[in-house]
Amino acid sequence: MADKIYRVNMSNLSFKIEDVPADWMGLGGRGLTSTIVSAEIDPECHALGPNNKIVFAPGLLSGTSAANSGRNSCGAKSPLTGGIKESNVGGTVAGVMAKLGVKALIIEGIPEDDSTFYHLHVSKNSVEITAVPELIGKDNYFVLDTMEEKYNKKVAVMTIGRPGEMKMLVSNISVRDPKGKLRSHGRGGLGAVMGSKKIKCITVDAQSYKEVSYADSDKFKAASKVFTKALQENPISGEGLPAFGTNVLVNIINEAGGLPTQNFRSGNSANAEAICGETMAENIQQRGGSTTHGCHAGCVIQCSQTYNDKDGNYLTSGFEYEMIWAFGANLGISDLDQIAKIDALMDDLGLDAIEMGVCLGLAVDAGILKYGDGEEAYRLIKEEIANGTPIGRILGSGTGNLGKIYGLVRVPVVKNQAIPAYEPRAIKGQGITYVTTPMGADHTAGYAVATNILNSGGFVDPLKKDGQVELARNLQIASAAVDSTGMCIFVAFPALDDPACLPALIDMLNARFGISLTGDDVVNLGSNILKIERAFNIKAGLTSADDRIPEFMKYETLPPHNVTWDFTNEEIDEFWNF
Amino acid sequence: MNDNINITVKLFAQYRENRFKVEQRIYPCGTTPKNIMDELGISEHKLPLGVLMINSKHQKEEYILKEGDILALFPKVGGG
Repeated sequence: MADKIYRVNMSNLSFKIEDVPADWMGLGGRGLTSTIVSAEIDPECHALGPNNKIVFAPGLLSGTSAANSGRNSCGAKSPLTGGIKESNVGGTVAGVMAKLGVKALIIEGIPEDDSTFYHLHVSKNSVEITAVPELIGKDNYFVLDTMEEKYNKKVAVMTIGRPGEMKMLVSNISVRDPKGKLRSHGRGGLGAVMGSKKIKCITVDAQSYKEVSYADSDKFKAASKVFTKALQENPISGEGLPAFGTNVLVNIINEAGGLPTQNFRSGNSANAEAICGETMAENIQQRGGSTTHGCHAGCVIQCSQTYNDKDGNYLTSGFEYEMIWAFGANLGISDLDQIAKIDALMDDLGLDAIEMGVCLGLAVDAGILKYGDGEEAYRLIKEEIANGTPIGRILGSGTGNLGKIYGLVRVPVVKNQAIPAYEPRAIKGQGITYVTTPMGADHTAGYAVATNILNSGGFVDPLKKDGQVELARNLQIASAAVDSTGMCIFVAFPALDDPACLPALIDMLNARFGISLTGDDVVNLGSNILKIERAFNIKAGLTSADDRIPEFMKYETLPPHNVTWDFTNEEIDEFWNF
Repeated sequence: MNDNINITVKLFAQYRENRFKVEQRIYPCGTTPKNIMDELGISEHKLPLGVLMINSKHQKEEYILKEGDILALFPKVGGG
């Protein structure tokens, strides 16, 4: 049976199954969620009001045997940026939805009676909508346990914690991974959108599905083998990421002078060695735990990990570079174990680790806490934010809003979203991605760090302006296409350097659907997605004036290279000439 | 003596195994990063050189080191 659109209307607690419109047939993941958001949501709507929608879609290759194809895309209008938002995640949802034949799950409306929260259970040809007053005020692991008990250990779960219920802009949508830990649709306040629709959790049945079909199964298997080999033989995806995780980046970004430190005051952190991937791997070796953990079934990279305390007791998993940078370098906490405790707490509450860490870094300027005070950071999150006290609400509104409330000027956001773990002044290609991506400051949208710092896909000097706009554009186009396949973004590393990788990916798409895409078609797909997203933002009221870096970065030099942000507006706006 | 130069050598990721994290080392004038990589067995490491920085800037293996330079050697690493 052909894939279907599952549509839930929370205004009258109803659902229906629809045929997939012809225009959407060839789309998946980000390509599909951004297309639906663009086609169905009034860009001027209030992101937390009845006219916003939330859309989930597995990637085109999700549910297949292709390695690393288990990313699920979530799209909506973002209450944080006021523009379009796409955020994709591992976990088990994408594979299960694809096997159920759910091309996309679209949730619209808001219940008239807002006194309770609901649980949506998606199974073959059905969505049950049940009030769950017993889950109100509970956090993510409690929801996971409850759902596993109600169904089974394989059930796919998407959930929000208390911050999402309170519609805080730092809240994310958390998803269960294959080992029962949490991953997240992290950025842009998607947890608040789910909370606004009074949805506490969504489960997807992992028993009633059928395996996906292939137009040419032999061709698929052959291409899949080449693709897997490319991932396993690449030094980054095959060696570096499994051994040290994404946190291997702390040292190299610090060495390059691009590790934002103490609210973007320096590109070097004295804490680097204490919090780096090498130290983390040493701790894991000494304490038990594991340096490898996949966020979704079929992952051959296994960049995640299980991290224990000194006594060998579990602290956290999915302990990523961005989070460790935000709390370790930007907020100055030198104790990796304390950062791990905060990571686990934020997983349970469902908080965007980047937005939260940058916000707390700015909170030092506001006099709310001191650099390095991990105890107080933990307390602010656990007591103030989770309980929605007035200061908790302020911090839970994100970096940009905290800056406004406290009259601060050095506020590191683009389109009101916190800038991630790479200094735009010292890694200029990444800065171009931050300002131009329709998502607000987002590193995954076009990871120029690869070519600016890591020598992947060639080398473009990070401290010079030359070539950066073109680099960021090419990477954003490629990322938009990859985000549509359901592939993990780390396939970009072999794709940038191994000529066998991308053709194998395209061969898999062709063998799955019986089509004949070329490399040019894939580039066109990525270009179109970016243009659709940009058009939504323009209608939502965002202009070129929003494609800008925070002003302080233009006049404040960043050590150690003593650089400023020196692109002219015309140079930045050239990005969109394609 | 002016014949020697002081170089800080930093190693990262797998290059640290059975070597060191950071050392101050003395080399003759004219030494290149390639010479140091040969000396430390990094040229033959199963993981080829990914990134070489001198004083926090990308450089080539043939660069002529100067007094006080900080050399950083990384295998191919990535994340995000």
